[in-house]
Amino acid sequence: MQPGLIPCLRWPHAKMLIRDILRFTTQSVVSNRMRSSLTALSIGIGVTTVVLLTSIGEGVNQYIVEQFTQFGTTVLAVQPGKANTLGISAGVLNSVRPLSLQDAIALKRAPYVQYSVPVVSGIAPVENGGRQRTVNVIAVGPDFNLAFKFELATGSFLAEDELDRPRAVAVLGSTLRQELFSSEAPIGKRIRVGGERYRIVGVMKPKGEMLGIDLDDSVYIPAARGLELFNREGLHEIDVVYQDGAPTAEVIAGVTRIMMARHGGEDFTITSQQQMLDALGSIIGVLTFAVAALGGISLLVGGVGIFTIMTIAVRERTHEIGLLRAIGAPRYRITQLFLGEAMVLAGLGGAGGLLLAITIVVITTWIVPNFPAQIPLLYASLSEITAVTIGVAAGLMPARRAASLVPLEALRAG
Amino acid sequence: MIKLRGICRNFQVGDQIVTALNHVDLEIQHGEYISIMGPSGSGKSTLLNILGLLDRPTEGTYWLNKKDVSQLEERALAEQRQKNIGFIFQFFHLIPRLSARENVELPMLLAGKSANARRERSRDVLKSMGLDDRLNHRPDQLSGGERQRVAIGRAIVMEPAVLLADEPTGNLDSKSGDEVIQVIEQLNQEGISLIVVTHDPEIGKRADRHLTLHDGEVHHDTKKRL
Ligand SMILES: Nc1ncnc2c1ncn2[C@@H]1O[C@H](COP(=O)(O)OP(=O)(O)O)[C@@H](O)[C@H]1O
Ligand SMILES: [Mg+2]
Repeated sequence: MQPGLIPCLRWPHAKMLIRDILRFTTQSVVSNRMRSSLTALSIGIGVTTVVLLTSIGEGVNQYIVEQFTQFGTTVLAVQPGKANTLGISAGVLNSVRPLSLQDAIALKRAPYVQYSVPVVSGIAPVENGGRQRTVNVIAVGPDFNLAFKFELATGSFLAEDELDRPRAVAVLGSTLRQELFSSEAPIGKRIRVGGERYRIVGVMKPKGEMLGIDLDDSVYIPAARGLELFNREGLHEIDVVYQDGAPTAEVIAGVTRIMMARHGGEDFTITSQQQMLDALGSIIGVLTFAVAALGGISLLVGGVGIFTIMTIAVRERTHEIGLLRAIGAPRYRITQLFLGEAMVLAGLGGAGGLLLAITIVVITTWIVPNFPAQIPLLYASLSEITAVTIGVAAGLMPARRAASLVPLEALRAG
Repeated sequence: MIKLRGICRNFQVGDQIVTALNHVDLEIQHGEYISIMGPSGSGKSTLLNILGLLDRPTEGTYWLNKKDVSQLEERALAEQRQKNIGFIFQFFHLIPRLSARENVELPMLLAGKSANARRERSRDVLKSMGLDDRLNHRPDQLSGGERQRVAIGRAIVMEPAVLLADEPTGNLDSKSGDEVIQVIEQLNQEGISLIVVTHDPEIGKRADRHLTLHDGEVHHDTKKRL
């Protein structure tokens, strides 16, 4: 034999190509279709769980943010009672002065404040002749429509009037108008709200919902009338709208000063829209994370599945391992190949789970258009990465065991 | 090309020590055709495994191409096996999920050869084994003789200097066995060193040089050259 034929001179030792490693591992995963799919399924379900649960979390989050910001973010709510650290009003326990209409008027003088709207609300029957309907009664100040940019379809909103005894006028939401009057023109007509007679002065344009309250199936009446109707001493809240770009802290300080002066103590709670959004955001964030972690547990279960299957694979394919070693595969290559298999299993399972989750979300939002589900990219990619990582972790021990086999014994085994 | 000096291989079995090879000295030149015979348990496989770097001697020195390979560490051993050794086993050891072609390509795959180079080479090799119409068959679709020829293809695909065969016909009928012997003798004609372990005297006789083992010692060696 001529030296030129000696292979080492012609084919220097080279590393196996990444592409070939992937192909080899994928081939062995695919060749055991049933078993591989079941194992991948166990990881896939974990990924589906994480993605679905976090999708709902994300969807709810977006829904709430939308709901809260549709009337602007430069809003403070003043409510009776001092919120304790748990955020629960302790008003029932301590002596609390009710929020009065005069308080609402006074707050208009606070710096940066544009509107100060007293609010009382509840549910009451409304009737027009024979037609009756139980709806939301929103009793507010005359600035309400300006403060929250509600537009009127016809007529005008509640007029500036005597504070304590305003005239009995009402403004209808669009749905309620339709239900009570059909095609009749309602302006000037009389209706009964909770038994009292009111004259209709305006009709609102459709506005939609806010946190489940149908603003269109509502009637708006003066705040003082609302207090009477619901037999309340004080307002539910005063909504203070301030200028865009004004420093929220200063506005809060101004409102607090006026309220303290009027009540002689801090028996009220001020919540800014921004704070509320932040608080809700962080609550939902924590919930989403907790839910993702729960889903993560099912990923772990999938990891156990991969560990089991890889352990079995190593035992079944002892001959193959011995052979690969005999034809020149070093130990680390065996580790790599078996780890690769675990990764491919987990990766495919994860991808399948992701696909399933996306399909479910798409179909659900197709059937239920308002269903709050948004696939969060962060959690989707995180769960796929976690799946692969779990695959590696679960495959590590079996792969090491495979690599530690003595080639001769492996060939002779079984 | 191959030189063994004072090779011993002991196995610990319980608290007993079994001596499989006892001070074997051996020299093999390029292109030789050697048969190793001897009764069962005489150390034939052990000797072949040591020659094939699948096993290490307990004692003694092994030079392969003038390089002392008896003390090499694991990775270097794997590299030597990949480049210099072709091994054929009694039980073929083909990977069942891979086609004939992919089985043949396996050593090249491990060595990082390109897909093109592999495809070309595996086709040529299988053709020379008379298996050009079996390229894409999986082992379970092949006869025993065909399987062993695929295994031979895999053993020589990297053009090793030496081909080691441990009872290559032990699992075949005599006709397939003959075909297999013809194929490896043809390879020997083309220059590869061929060492065949067999207990079949018919096959053993065909070699140029006959080595007989007894209780781990070289009992008889019909060394012609050197
Ligand atoms: N891994 C092993 N562990 C213990 N004893 C072994 C091992 N391999 C071989 N032997 C012993 O070494 C001796 C030679 O074995 P072997 O080389 O397989 O013989 P042959 O191939 O000639 O039949 C036998 O006695 C056998 O039992
Ligand atoms: Mg033997």
